[in-house]
Amino acid sequence: MTALSDLILKTMATQAFRVAAASAAAFLVVATLIVGTLFWQTNTLLTDHVVDELRGEAAELSQEAAGLDPVAFAERIRLRSRTAGTSLYFLADPSGRRLAGNLETVPSEIAGSHTGGVFRYRRDGDAAGTDRLGVAMPVAIGAGVTLVIGRDIDDQLALAAQIKRTFLWGFGALALAAVIAGLWAGRSVLRRIDLINATTRSIMAGDLSRRVPVTGSADELDELSQSLNGMLDRIEQLMNGLREVSDNIAHDLKTPLNRLRNGAEAALRESRGADGYREGLESTIEKADDLIKTFNALLLIARLEAGVVEESAEVFDLGRLVRDVAELYEPVAEEAGLALAIETGDGIEIRANRQLVGQAVANLADNAIKYSARVEHGPVPPVITVKAIARNGAAEISVADRGPGIEAKDRDRALRRFVRLEKSRTQPGTGLGLSLVAAVARLHNGAVALEDNDPGLKVVLTLPRRA
Amino acid sequence: MRVLVIEDDRETAHFLQKSLKESGHSADVAGDGETGLSMAQGGPYDILIVDRMLPRLDGLTVVKTLRTEGNRTPVLILSALGDVDDRVKGLRAGGDDYLTKPYAYTELLARIEALARRAIPEEQETKYAVGDLVLDRLSHRVTRAGEPIQLQPREYRLLEYLMKNAGQVVTRTMLLENVWDYHFDPQTNVIDVHVSRLRSKIDKGFDRPLLHTVRGAGYMVRDGAV
Repeated sequence: MTALSDLILKTMATQAFRVAAASAAAFLVVATLIVGTLFWQTNTLLTDHVVDELRGEAAELSQEAAGLDPVAFAERIRLRSRTAGTSLYFLADPSGRRLAGNLETVPSEIAGSHTGGVFRYRRDGDAAGTDRLGVAMPVAIGAGVTLVIGRDIDDQLALAAQIKRTFLWGFGALALAAVIAGLWAGRSVLRRIDLINATTRSIMAGDLSRRVPVTGSADELDELSQSLNGMLDRIEQLMNGLREVSDNIAHDLKTPLNRLRNGAEAALRESRGADGYREGLESTIEKADDLIKTFNALLLIARLEAGVVEESAEVFDLGRLVRDVAELYEPVAEEAGLALAIETGDGIEIRANRQLVGQAVANLADNAIKYSARVEHGPVPPVITVKAIARNGAAEISVADRGPGIEAKDRDRALRRFVRLEKSRTQPGTGLGLSLVAAVARLHNGAVALEDNDPGLKVVLTLPRRA
Repeated sequence: MRVLVIEDDRETAHFLQKSLKESGHSADVAGDGETGLSMAQGGPYDILIVDRMLPRLDGLTVVKTLRTEGNRTPVLILSALGDVDDRVKGLRAGGDDYLTKPYAYTELLARIEALARRAIPEEQETKYAVGDLVLDRLSHRVTRAGEPIQLQPREYRLLEYLMKNAGQVVTRTMLLENVWDYHFDPQTNVIDVHVSRLRSKIDKGFDRPLLHTVRGAGYMVRDGAV
């Protein structure tokens, strides 16, 4: 019972119920006004009609009375009384004795009145019956004679009351139906909101895989559920990403930290004199520097993911930047026995963070050189191609190498945050180059694609121009 | 050179003070922003090293306040925040250079020495000369012992920067920032390759090398051994 009353209370607190109840109340008020007006108008009309009739008859009777002797006139009244229907008559001589009519006496309510009025009476021979309502007025037909004519309005009033009752019952039933419909609607909304609440609570308790049920009715609640589910998908994705990220960070930082510690320990153990210590310390600083580089790269990727580098965006010539950065690496490529081909368009102005785009291009060039240099080649040096072109309103930077490439199944993973492919963990450098390029692309609403250069890897970085 | 170090980490401040002394400079230390500001307002310093996050008054406010008061002492901002945006903010506040923690002391030293030099109003030198190497800034011509040397535009700017700072250590990062205007980590030691190319053009075939490598620090153009 408490559960039921709880449910009703809760339902009554819903928005749907409140709207239903409010509209039912408004409907009732308007309906009452309309019925009241109608009722009043009908009543007035009927009453006016009765009064008019009485006046007419009064005029007729006073004329008749003038042309007839009292006995004949009394006979007329007697006749009228017999076929009266709702008409009422009372005729008395100057002494007050009733001569004719179907009323017993002059009703006390209108005795002495010149205009008449409403009165109560009993019908002839209906002593046990109920009082009825009538309207009557006196008629002047000569000295001493009393004539009162009237109309029974009890049936008329009863009809009006019946109409009133019918209307009230009808509206009452309508209002009740509206309230019940409101309750029902509120309850169905409530049930679905309870479901949503239950889901969010179990998600808060840690079960991120739960989703809000969607009924398929495509209504507002379904839309809300779908939005919530979309949000939950994104959050779950981010949480999983975060977990993977912390695992990767732990690996990327702990391994070199361990190497650093090992090196320092070894230098301390093998007492090789001042030179030995110096060497040990120098190698420690070198390893610390590598660690700092990795840490900086991780931190930068994290900051880029948070998307907080708007202040330093500027408009610059991308072709020129790509050419400059590529030229910075040209001697490095040559020393590694590689050729660098630079093909950049003119006037590709973009609005972006120049330093970050430069860093991305540098990372791509650096990777291309590192990986291409490791592949055996003939007397002709392999060519690394660096391009910057404008395409479909976007700017496209591509770096194609002749290295071992990345297998198709690994390409998606290689672009993920903080992900280093197993192969790259053993190579020099932070191994975070591609992750950082991907982060720079995401920050600028661009994209990175890894393609087969057949042989080798082609990385395409697309940036919106926004210039 | 008198240096004021505004740094709240005592160990770091002490390390800087000691190291600067060993490098032949004198250094005062302030442990918070307010003390640092009043010390900077009080005494003449050749250089200020200001940590960005300081108790009581943060580093950027210290620099901003000094600049509004007309104090032009060169400022090197030290920060754990290494974002490009942070750098821009630091320089906008009035800093002359920005160094991200953790840093190598040699890097810091080279930078403050370069800053102090820059503060001395140089007469518009049209020629830099080190030994018999001459760089003409008007005609963009470089000669060694009177013989012309052909340089690529970038090589010319590299040499120009090195010669402008002749006798002083110039780090790889300083070269990357000043010659290329890049404020990012190039992953590989690209600068080394460019410097060695330049060296082969200006020193090859001469008995006295002028472009030296300073171990663990960077490069220096100088007539004579480092």
